[in-house]
Amino acid sequence: MSAIEKISLDQTGLLRFITAGSVDDGKSTLIGRLLHDSKSIFEDQLTSITNTTRKRGAEGVDLSLLTDGLQAEREQGITIDVAYRYFATPKRKFIIADTPGHEQYTRNMVTGASTANLAIILIDARKGVLTQSRRHAYLASLVGIPHLVVAVNKMDLVDYSQAVFDKICSDFGAFAEKLNLRNIVYIPMSALNGDMVVERGEHLDWYQGSTLMDLLETVSIEDDINREDFRFPVQWVCRPQTKELHDFRGYMGRIESGSVRTGDAVTVLPSGLSSRIKEILVYEGPLAEAFAPQSVTLTIEDHLDISRGDMLVKTSDTPQATKAFDAMLCWLSEQPLDLNRKYLIKQTTRVVKAVISRIDYRIDVNSMAQEAVNMLKMNDIARVGLKVQQPLVCDDYARNRATGCFIVIDESSNNTVAAGMILPSDRAA
Amino acid sequence: MSNHPFSHLDALESEAIHIMREVAAECANPVLLFSGGKDSIVLLRLAEKAFRPGRFPFPLMHIDTEHNFPEVIAFRDHRAKELGERLIVRSMEDSIKKGRVVLRSETQSRNAFQSVTLLDAIAEFKFDACIGGARRDEEKARAKERIFSFRDEFGQWDPKNQRPELWDIYNTRTHPGENIRVFPISNWTELDVWEYIAREKLEVPEIYFAHSREVIRRAAGLLPVSHLVQPQAGEKTEHITVRFRTVGDMSCTCPVESAAATVEAIIAETAMTRITERGATRMDDQTSEASMEPRKKEGYF
Repeated sequence: MSAIEKISLDQTGLLRFITAGSVDDGKSTLIGRLLHDSKSIFEDQLTSITNTTRKRGAEGVDLSLLTDGLQAEREQGITIDVAYRYFATPKRKFIIADTPGHEQYTRNMVTGASTANLAIILIDARKGVLTQSRRHAYLASLVGIPHLVVAVNKMDLVDYSQAVFDKICSDFGAFAEKLNLRNIVYIPMSALNGDMVVERGEHLDWYQGSTLMDLLETVSIEDDINREDFRFPVQWVCRPQTKELHDFRGYMGRIESGSVRTGDAVTVLPSGLSSRIKEILVYEGPLAEAFAPQSVTLTIEDHLDISRGDMLVKTSDTPQATKAFDAMLCWLSEQPLDLNRKYLIKQTTRVVKAVISRIDYRIDVNSMAQEAVNMLKMNDIARVGLKVQQPLVCDDYARNRATGCFIVIDESSNNTVAAGMILPSDRAA
Repeated sequence: MSNHPFSHLDALESEAIHIMREVAAECANPVLLFSGGKDSIVLLRLAEKAFRPGRFPFPLMHIDTEHNFPEVIAFRDHRAKELGERLIVRSMEDSIKKGRVVLRSETQSRNAFQSVTLLDAIAEFKFDACIGGARRDEEKARAKERIFSFRDEFGQWDPKNQRPELWDIYNTRTHPGENIRVFPISNWTELDVWEYIAREKLEVPEIYFAHSREVIRRAAGLLPVSHLVQPQAGEKTEHITVRFRTVGDMSCTCPVESAAATVEAIIAETAMTRITERGATRMDDQTSEASMEPRKKEGYF
């Protein structure tokens, strides 16, 4: 690990997070508050939502209007899809994936969560830990979000009571333990009044922890990427075939995890052929070392047949290449799973034909109960077995998000119908 | 040995390069839309980073409204030549001649009609993917835009029928006649774009910098005087120091009063600014709160 520690990743300047909760929990107000108090709202946006607030017959500024996007959903009064928001403080840039909390939109939360470093789960202090909160916690654990914040909101409506807050923390904690969720931070707040969001406010003196903004700005995310296992899926082979670069063959892609140095012994999977790294190239010139998530061009010492879909890994640390594996699957499509059909799987840069060979069980996301089923429909989450026509080079998702995830594509509609997370290979199909 | 911290610009850059390489590898016939504006200038640098020492695996294309600022057109041609990449220009004038676009008047804004010429060009060259410089922070209707955004055979965007986009695995598959709009800088803000232009020392057209210009003050903003925009009875023109935040149709792209004459000064101003890019500069976007949504549904970029 010594070489890796020399690379300064500690100032990672971009944090992606999601907010889970329903409109009633004050989620839109919380996002509005973060944007407003960090001075990320523009005057014309403020004028526009002030006008809309007035048009609806209310006074002041309804900050929740900031995050409602499309006309269609305005009319329905609910958020129906993942919307992305951007704001920055002097310390960090932030991308918010705003996902709706309604039961039927499991797929939206899974989508938003897939790229997130952190999830904020909103709980209404008056209502405590609800079925919905448990569902959000489960989905956060399923997708492996590294950091979790439980925002106990509307503290103003429970007289800023520490006892109410403590009860919610212990209720949530008991449930989270079962899900193997780590790094949970609990923050009491009132998004409406601005307590503990950006400013500490005057009502929560008994709380000693960080404000939400403080936490977002300082939480360490350098280890959110697997730093140990070098994985380089080849995206594109560069062969200029010009006079000066007649024999140049560069393997272009992004380092998904780990790091690589010139001279490292590497193996190409699934072929298993080996060579050494000759050069690590970026536009600015050669590098001695590169690390995830850099996009680079690699050249190797030997002439091997390498194409898109192959993966370069260190010879000393190779993942499995397998044609059968188990996975957790989240079904995203209105068209249910058909066990008789072939689907396509895209994992890293590889696309292969696949069948879902069995469904072990479906998870009831409210009770966590396992149910026997013979089909999957939209928003279902299940443990399944898969078989693929060509081997996939993969790690289990819990160890490496980047090489353990895949999507399922319906070949006739071309739609993305499911998201999958590969499980350890102890009892593969 | 790299010692610099991996900054937010590094993260955004690597993401954009990854997206471009996916398009090149999986789409049969992609094209990069290059207008000479700052966002597409950034796209070109990202394409260089993604594909050099090779050539770009796609041509560049500009849909010319012929209402563009001459400085921008000159810059467009100069930059394409400098890169040695192929530039296709398709003009709205051709769509007008063919009767595909019918304008009420010669000076009417042409922004809304670009879609027709774009869709004609897509059909002519059979492009299955168009790489563009749109960003999610530009406008509310963009906040839910996918990085790979699907358009049906009529070029239409259906906000309720978009594919879920998970991790960074992109589903690029299309049926014949359909195409994808790909936005590699979806996650960039206006400030990120300027910071990147500064870091990469990218050249941009002169009209982005403060200069003296003859304008008319109207309620909605400053309008640059040109052969398309002339003072109406009772209106006065004046010379003031302005710059443009976006470059588009001359008849509706408003400059802002600014003394920012360098990229650094623009960054300082952008970091302080209190009005969104489109709110300040596009008269056609002010009409209604979600005004881009109807246009996008019709195939607008």
